[in-house]
Amino acid sequence: MKFTEEHEWLEIEGDLLVVGITEHASTQLGDVVFVELPEVGREVEKGEEIVVIESVKAASDISAPVDGEIVEVNQDIVDNPSLVNEDPLGAAWFFKIKVEDTGVIDGFMDADAYKDYAG
Amino acid sequence: MSDLLRTPLYDLHVELGAKMVPFAGYDMPVQYPLGVMKEHLHCRASAGLFDVSHMGQVILRGADAAAQLEALIPQNVLGLAEGRQRYGFFTNEAGGILDDLMFANRGDHLLLVVNAANKAADIAHLKAHMDGVEEITDRALLALQGPASEEALKSVVPALPDMKFMDVAVVDSAYGELWISRSGYTGEDGYEISVPEAKATDFTKALIALEAVEPIGLGARDSLRLEAGLCLHGNDIDPTTTPVEGNLIWAIQKTRRTGGERAGGFPGAEVILDQLDNGAPKKRVGLQPEGRAPMRAHTMIYASEEGADPIGEVTSGAFGPTLGAPMSMAYVTTEFAASGTRLFGDVRGKRMPVQVVDLPFVPNNFKR
Repeated sequence: MKFTEEHEWLEIEGDLLVVGITEHASTQLGDVVFVELPEVGREVEKGEEIVVIESVKAASDISAPVDGEIVEVNQDIVDNPSLVNEDPLGAAWFFKIKVEDTGVIDGFMDADAYKDYAG
Repeated sequence: MSDLLRTPLYDLHVELGAKMVPFAGYDMPVQYPLGVMKEHLHCRASAGLFDVSHMGQVILRGADAAAQLEALIPQNVLGLAEGRQRYGFFTNEAGGILDDLMFANRGDHLLLVVNAANKAADIAHLKAHMDGVEEITDRALLALQGPASEEALKSVVPALPDMKFMDVAVVDSAYGELWISRSGYTGEDGYEISVPEAKATDFTKALIALEAVEPIGLGARDSLRLEAGLCLHGNDIDPTTTPVEGNLIWAIQKTRRTGGERAGGFPGAEVILDQLDNGAPKKRVGLQPEGRAPMRAHTMIYASEEGADPIGEVTSGAFGPTLGAPMSMAYVTTEFAASGTRLFGDVRGKRMPVQVVDLPFVPNNFKR
């Protein structure tokens, strides 16, 4: 599992990357009450804001960590947003994105580096 | 941040693991480790304790205090029975709301509770118009709210008398003289309790030691009051909104209206009395979004999916943990204010449907 500076995690699954948010991010957000995910089939560019998360505190955006095509989204977190607080690293994955080369993941932080980064 | 004020309970908040944020010049707990959602639900299910010591407590003395206060607010002060409290608001010459407040008749004086953000201005306003204005600065103020409040308070203050909604009492206790009202800002039964500063921490600890009581931060305080349809001054009512626009007609007693014994005689009376008879151009309403996305303050409201000109604006919006859905308060042009009207809010560039609904979102549970 690798981590972005925007507090997302990425994991390789075949030729896809699974993307979610970190425990640190979910704690900082507070209780999540609403999630809006991108449409399946959408081609996204790195940095594009593709997810809206609303917590009891505020709305935040999540941007695409890499270029690629959204091939699957997690309807469970739309139906039950509190899952993002309960199991951010597992059941509450956000979307799966098809990339040209899953090796792109090596450009992101590992767990130790992320731990230092998130403090 | 160093110039933020602290309430007498500051150290206890930190000890309890609260996340502290600046609010109205004070360093205040926005949430405790339980989190906003669970704090909210706990308060509705059992009892929650809020530090509201940042609010202003003001005593008005003098034989003419009630009459003098009537010159500043459109409420019936002279007719308020001893031991009773009432909701009111200071108005300006344009009929706008300078602040909202609670005032209680305590026999030989009135006790006011005003908003933290406005207390300096309120006190200056009072002093400019009357003598005998005394700000209380050596007491903390706590709110104990929720269905288990009576039992919880009784266990810590055995001398607690029987009180109904909006009664006030002075009670001797192990924590000094308590000034208690049966009121609050959550829509639940509960009390607001003024306690001597030196005893405030012990009193708070005694209450939160009870199984039924959890400390609650400002985050849940906001979602609780919004579900209850109660206004936050500065958001939902302010010096540019009148009580009629703010849908607070119920708080202006007949004695102060046209044809009443002491009609008018408060700042902005001409505007407010005219609006009482003839209506106002806009009105505060509840909005229920049809989807799950909350519509927060400053979301613009439209009459149709395509309409170019907004007909309203959200003043407070959040997810309602008890409601299980998003909820907003907004001002809309009066022709669109009827319950059941379908409108659209602009959320991130998309027009999302909302229904105008009656307030409160969650029924009140006062001990009448």
